[in-house]
Amino acid sequence: MGIKGKISNLYLVAVFIILYAPIFYLMYYSFNSGGAMHDFEGFTLEWYQEVFADTRLLIIVLNTFVIALLSAAISTILGVMGALAINHVKRRQVKQTLLTLNNVLIVSPDVIIGASFLILFTIIGIQLGFASVLLSHIAFSVPIVVLMVLPKLQEMSPTLIDAARDLGASRWEVLTKVVLPYITPGIFAGFFMALTYSLDDFAVTFFVTGNGFSTLSVEIYSRARQGISLSVNALSSLLFLFTIALVIGYYFINQRNSRPKGMEVRK
Amino acid sequence: MQNKTRNLYLIPYVFWILLFVIAPILLILYYSFFDIEGQFTLGNYTDFFSPVYLTMTLSSFWYAFLITAFSLLIAYPTAYLLTKLKHKQLWLLLIILPSWINLLLKAYAFLGIFGTYGPANALLEVLGIGAKQILFTDFSFLFVSVYIFIPFMVLPIYNALEKLNPSLVDASRDLGASSWTTFRRVIFPLTLDGVKAGCQAVFIPALSLFMITRLIAGNRVITLGTAIEQHFLVTQDWGMGSTIAVFLIIAMAVFMIATGNRRRGI
Repeated sequence: MGIKGKISNLYLVAVFIILYAPIFYLMYYSFNSGGAMHDFEGFTLEWYQEVFADTRLLIIVLNTFVIALLSAAISTILGVMGALAINHVKRRQVKQTLLTLNNVLIVSPDVIIGASFLILFTIIGIQLGFASVLLSHIAFSVPIVVLMVLPKLQEMSPTLIDAARDLGASRWEVLTKVVLPYITPGIFAGFFMALTYSLDDFAVTFFVTGNGFSTLSVEIYSRARQGISLSVNALSSLLFLFTIALVIGYYFINQRNSRPKGMEVRK
Repeated sequence: MQNKTRNLYLIPYVFWILLFVIAPILLILYYSFFDIEGQFTLGNYTDFFSPVYLTMTLSSFWYAFLITAFSLLIAYPTAYLLTKLKHKQLWLLLIILPSWINLLLKAYAFLGIFGTYGPANALLEVLGIGAKQILFTDFSFLFVSVYIFIPFMVLPIYNALEKLNPSLVDASRDLGASSWTTFRRVIFPLTLDGVKAGCQAVFIPALSLFMITRLIAGNRVITLGTAIEQHFLVTQDWGMGSTIAVFLIIAMAVFMIATGNRRRGI
């Protein structure tokens, strides 16, 4: 067991190093006065000053987060409704059709989603920009939320609902006091996955963003194509710190909410 | 009464399906029959079956397959070992954390790491192999893609492993199965849904990685995604782009049928 444990720990450590090395590499060179991503010359905060002086970049950062939070929130609501709808449907064929349609956008390549949404928005007459980016982020996040929530709904014993009904709960009470608390971990997972997808998305946004509006990924893409600039490194370090703060917050909220409940459910 | 609630949930959801799932597919199909001047044509389809596009399609699928296979090979043990840790939720979050870092930033980091004066080449020098051109090769493309997709593979597998009833594993051990047999006959089959979900989350996006082909592979690797992007945003030939997209949709449908259909009643 000892050797086995060591090997498995070593493996995990290796995976973690590979996952984090590039990010720390980026951060390290954001302090390089040399101006390149190799040969560290000296410590400087010059690149951070450049980021904070760049109003256009800051607006883009703001746009990115507004889009991510809004789309994650709206798609979580839609996705939970979708999961409830699929779960309520009794006929197997209908259920299967809904699930298949749900999964279409998940397995669709980003490029197809982007291209087809570009056609869609052009035809409906939605101006390419904030609205089109937000709508497409909501659209491709919904099925992820559904898939995160649905297993929780399915593992929930129907007797819980029957019991609540027998004890006189209204439909609304059944939903808010029995169903939603039970599936909360799924909803959280769905929300954060949606957030991830939105923040991470480049391809779809790239198609539907038009000229005036830009998100961070699109901006970084156009900068990276021009070569390495350490202000991008500085920006990514800041983003990384923000993400860590977000995760720590999420972890503590999650732990406080689900620990006692998890213990109650577990036999 | 039951009926009424069901319908209420269905309305927004079905609206979403109609507008963002069905309409876009129909539009892609419709546009694939038009050439760049807006004339009805079947020419896009005959073009697609020319050797140029067919080779591109095949290589695109091959890369996607490699990326999926390597991600799975790395992610499954990771997910499995994670479930054995004490603060596994925290560790899982740490694994997913890099996926919240913008994808392009990670690709960008590799521009530095794999660059001519970067640490990867420095390591090769130390090992005595000597500096090599790493950036703009197939290797760098695969490495960066797998790197990006690992968290997306770990998460569904981890969830499936967590759902696995540990008493099944104990039972298998009690009945005398070795740990390898237990893994092969009990753990892996029962977490297959997670593996399938992970493969779905990796394989199809891997077909469309156009910015990595641009940034890391330096246009050496042309995927179907790159071709579609080229047609839609550069040459403005929406018809041909839609035609390639139609074939990608067909491939996607086949892939979904192959990995979807989970067994009912579990």
